[in-house]
Amino acid sequence: MSVLETYHITLLVLACGLGLFMAFGIGANDVANAMGTSVGANVLTIKQAILVAMIFEFAGAYLAGGEVTATIRKGIVDTSTITGTPELLVFGMLSALAAAGTWLLIASLAGWPVSTTHSIVGAIVGFAIAGIGMDAVQWGKVGQIVMSWVVSPALAGTISYLVFRSVQKRVLNAEDPFRSAKRYVPVYMFAVGAIMGMVTLLKGLKHVFRDAAIDLNFGENMVLAAIFGLFVMVIGMFLLRRVKVDPTADKAFRYASVERVFAVLMVFTACAMAFAHGSNDVANAVGPLAAIIGVLNTGSIAAKSVMPSWILLLGGVGIVLGLAVLGYRVMGTIGKKITELTPSRGFAAELGAATTVVIASGTGLPISTTHTLVGAVLGVGLARGMSSLNLAVVGKIVTSWIITLPAGALLAILFYTIFKAIFTG
Amino acid sequence: MAIGDAIANLFGKSPIKPIQQHFKLTTECADRLIPFFDCAIVGDWVRAAELREEISILEERADGLKKQMRLQIHKSLFLSMPRNDLLELIRVQDKVTNQVKDIVGIMLGRKINIPDPLVEPMREYLTTTVSVINQTSQAIDELDELAESGFGSRAAKLIENLVAKIDDLEHQTDVQQVALRSQLFALEADLAPIDAMFLYKTIENIGVLADRAETVGGLIHILVSR
Repeated sequence: MSVLETYHITLLVLACGLGLFMAFGIGANDVANAMGTSVGANVLTIKQAILVAMIFEFAGAYLAGGEVTATIRKGIVDTSTITGTPELLVFGMLSALAAAGTWLLIASLAGWPVSTTHSIVGAIVGFAIAGIGMDAVQWGKVGQIVMSWVVSPALAGTISYLVFRSVQKRVLNAEDPFRSAKRYVPVYMFAVGAIMGMVTLLKGLKHVFRDAAIDLNFGENMVLAAIFGLFVMVIGMFLLRRVKVDPTADKAFRYASVERVFAVLMVFTACAMAFAHGSNDVANAVGPLAAIIGVLNTGSIAAKSVMPSWILLLGGVGIVLGLAVLGYRVMGTIGKKITELTPSRGFAAELGAATTVVIASGTGLPISTTHTLVGAVLGVGLARGMSSLNLAVVGKIVTSWIITLPAGALLAILFYTIFKAIFTG
Repeated sequence: MAIGDAIANLFGKSPIKPIQQHFKLTTECADRLIPFFDCAIVGDWVRAAELREEISILEERADGLKKQMRLQIHKSLFLSMPRNDLLELIRVQDKVTNQVKDIVGIMLGRKINIPDPLVEPMREYLTTTVSVINQTSQAIDELDELAESGFGSRAAKLIENLVAKIDDLEHQTDVQQVALRSQLFALEADLAPIDAMFLYKTIENIGVLADRAETVGGLIHILVSR
């Protein structure tokens, strides 16, 4: 107790600093997940992509990030064993942030595809086992999380496969693909808006509603989501009106004009993906931070404490800063490499990924947006939508899974020992 | 940076592009056949040699493309078309290019003299053969549209029609070859024996060229129907 009082300010500053640092890293690194496909398909310029990302990542983080943050904050560690020594949780979460941040730095420099989510979860489990004991970990929840890491790419792949098959049948294979595109794309827009709206309303906005004392039943949620979907569709149709057939482009490539129609749709899914990513990944930075703040403010590990919304604000700001400052460079490199992606493919992949991520955020499961997107792209590939996919990358990703968890854990144990020594030794 | 790289590196290069580029070179070789033939008729062997040189250079570039494609199409690539079919396609395309080079090689080497009665029929025969190659080129051009439509039935039908035309044209060359041979048979007593044999050989080679182009068409048909 006295430890927390003595070093209250130091720990607070350290926590906010590390949390912001993580959020910054998440914004810089993962911006490519949401916007990379749009830039690669030449639908958005890098500047436009960053702007879109800033708006929607923040919105996702602030409006829908609550559930996952709660999981990271309280769901993984069983705090009943350390109620007497709450400072251990503070040291633990600090070391988790430090470990994950360090691991991400190392991996970025080495060029390995690691996941922010896996890093932080591995680090938390690591310090919990080493610092407290095997019983300190809520193995049930951890098991759920690990399973979601396998299920999310598979689910995203399935959705994107089905979406692309429908695009193939209804649009690309039609007699007049351009007219079919103009007819069906609004339907897809409605779907994007409705799905995002539905999952966000149902689960993500829980804390916002609780604050405003709003309570909607399932039916009302569905109606609201449908209205939002229609709203999105109307905006989309207005934008589509400007897209006309380009006969010269069509002569060179029959589907040139069709892809222009899908390009409009892709902007919508990019927004959805940025929103989804913000909602799921903000927790990686602010989850531990929220735990620390909770302990520092109350002096003990409260059984139930309210999620302060300024924490999500901090996370959102950190992500946006990371996007604006470093994301530019990342997007430049990535966007150039993804030249094989046409808007019709990008749309299918992103819709699959975004839906999966938002569902996961709604259920409070922290998943890897990168790996989900990879699963979605593979789904499109299975539908024979992609000319070629390099499966060696999938092998690299699986390897990085296996390495990240122990690496994060070991680093966390290291930092935990250091922090404990500094502040209590 | 590391994480986003995963997405970027996931996308491999399209194998269709090198195939199309390779056959473009083949077509450029074939386009020089008629000019070469015209030079041979008037006896302008200097210009003919230049044309052969051009064909040789194009064929070398095509070989380079073929090797590059074979390296690109490595095992860990998940392709929208069967790997073996693509490798077989470029192998057969390569044979077409080689055959063009062989034809002009022999004609130039022997400074082949084409008897007057045979000039027109032979020119027509060669023209039809070149149009087989051009028709095949059209079918190959359609391959990326096929991929874009996600292998839809409409694009597949289009290619099937093009391949049917290839077969028709090739059949025409067969008919023309038979007629040409019987004409040569009527004249052969008046020709030097070795010259006559090489005339038969050239006619045969042109026939083989048309056959090989038709084989390419057949492979495209198989690709499309999978």
